Amino acid sequence: MNVLGVSLDGPAQYWVIWNWIQVSIPNLIMIVIMLLLFIGALVLPFPKGRDEA
Amino acid sequence: MSPETDTVEEFTPTTWTGSVRKKWLRTLPPEKMLPEHQPVYVSSWIYVFGMLTIVSMLVVFVSGVLLTLGGVQWFHESSLGRFTNSLHYWSVQLFFLFMVVHLWGKFWMAAWRGKRALTWITGVLSFLGSVGVAFTGYAITTNFNAQWIAFESKDVMNAIGVGAVFNVTNLGQMVLYHVAALPLVLAIIVVMHVLLVRKHGVVPPIDAIDPQVADSTARTAEVAS
Amino acid sequence: MSRKNNDSLDYRPWTGPNRHYDILKEGAIALLVVTVLVVGLSALFSSPDDPALTFKGWATSSPDDFYATMVTELAGTSATATYGPPYNEGDGVSVGPLALQKWGGVTHPVDAAQDFVITPLASQANPPAELKAALDAWTAAAPEQQQKWGGDYSDALADPAGANGDATKVPAGEYGPVPVLSKAATDMAVSGAYDNALTGQGQFFQTDQTKQLLLMGDGTFMDDKATELNLQGNTWGMMNEAGSWPGQQWLAFASVWYQLPAFNAPDEQADGFTRTLTDNADAIIATILVFLLFTFLFTPFIPGLRSIPKWIPLHRLVWKDYYKKYGRRSA
Repeated sequence: MNVLGVSLDGPAQYWVIWNWIQVSIPNLIMIVIMLLLFIGALVLPFPKGRDEA
Repeated sequence: MSPETDTVEEFTPTTWTGSVRKKWLRTLPPEKMLPEHQPVYVSSWIYVFGMLTIVSMLVVFVSGVLLTLGGVQWFHESSLGRFTNSLHYWSVQLFFLFMVVHLWGKFWMAAWRGKRALTWITGVLSFLGSVGVAFTGYAITTNFNAQWIAFESKDVMNAIGVGAVFNVTNLGQMVLYHVAALPLVLAIIVVMHVLLVRKHGVVPPIDAIDPQVADSTARTAEVAS
Repeated sequence: MSRKNNDSLDYRPWTGPNRHYDILKEGAIALLVVTVLVVGLSALFSSPDDPALTFKGWATSSPDDFYATMVTELAGTSATATYGPPYNEGDGVSVGPLALQKWGGVTHPVDAAQDFVITPLASQANPPAELKAALDAWTAAAPEQQQKWGGDYSDALADPAGANGDATKVPAGEYGPVPVLSKAATDMAVSGAYDNALTGQGQFFQTDQTKQLLLMGDGTFMDDKATELNLQGNTWGMMNEAGSWPGQQWLAFASVWYQLPAFNAPDEQADGFTRTLTDNADAIIATILVFLLFTFLFTPFIPGLRSIPKWIPLHRLVWKDYYKKYGRRSA
């Protein structure tokens, strides 16, 4: 049932490296998002607060 | 001096209850539980991932409770049930996503320093507890995925003797583990984890120079080195 | 300003400068963000729900496989019949001298022939005469006779040079009631009555699917479907989800072991170290994971491991503002 959506019902596409590392594209997307969020958290500037003594 | 106006240090307990109160207020006074400020080094986006994880866990719990209103088979039979199941499924995905980023951050910040080993340990136990809760969740979706996951994982459970008492192919048992026993255990571990963070405060930066070091020349020399 | 003074900065309550920080407001914003994301993702992508397999589905789409499976149950050679604890007597898997599967004991007894063939067939109210005679013959026979009938018929049915899975081509022989029982079970499955018999197992409230799940895995039907969906252990199945939905990425550290060639000896390989590793893979990998777990749990106490954040200083990005303003001790 899809309200607006994209049907994810069909078989997943795979990304294969060296024959034995096989990641499904959806899993790969999640892992890439994790990495991007981690790197982003390290490099993106954080709002300065009101410093108190 | 009276019990109503004594400070924590002045208060001399004469009961178990009083002793617990004194210990609690010494370790976790209200200003530590609900502070209005943090040390100046808490200024990075990496710090929001603990909160994002907890908040996602809350959404997982709420969507889980909504699913219990319809029962185990509901999401196969109704589109509202299916939508509620989707809420639960995606909040779990986000929960683990944020938890992993939080974990990576805490490792690279060596956040266990300064007697914070138990904070780290309760964090790892929270991760494992979450994997356990999620696993029992997958085992009760009463569809092909549940059949396969239960069928395969029974081999791991049986291989280590655990299958003799923890039967992943028993729906009745798994539902109760997933909905009652395991979330309770996980919630307790997570609460301990958060209270430990509040108790010890956020860990200072690695190799940070104490800003109270009086000699600013010495400090400048250190910065230069 | 000794080194000792600065080490104790980690241990002392912070008395340095602070900044305004509203934790609950951050939490409220986080809750809003997560809720919007979850509702949006749910509306856009929904969630997986591949229907559960049934015995009716199995017997209808692969009647030969269902039939052959019934034969192996009667012969006592199926995966369930030879599994070991907690379902029946046997050795099970082990890690060297650690035989945890065996020590767990038979706490959930399953008699494959009885539970999967005889009991469901006997539940029929008015069985045809031929079936009734077959059931009586089976029940009256000694276990050794039952095994002989079952084993002989199973071998004859599977013989690649002979019947090769086709029941009509099995040469004549002493098979007792096995062919009749297997055929009756297959017909019962096609009608849907077999699902009912195995689900209820004679009880009003029945919430334990162990028996039916064990049987479902004995043939190739469920296994083939799992292969089709990339859910087998040695294709990172532990991490995958049906369809194109994200699975369990957080299980990568556990799934990786099942990909190693050491745990995937080909079926034809009869012996060798990798044969032992493959046959006991679940127990050995579980042991590895327990070891990893303890390493992960006690990282703060493990020399070397706990120093990695200092050697690879990603933390300098986290605290760059602090270091710029207040300084950083050199190594």
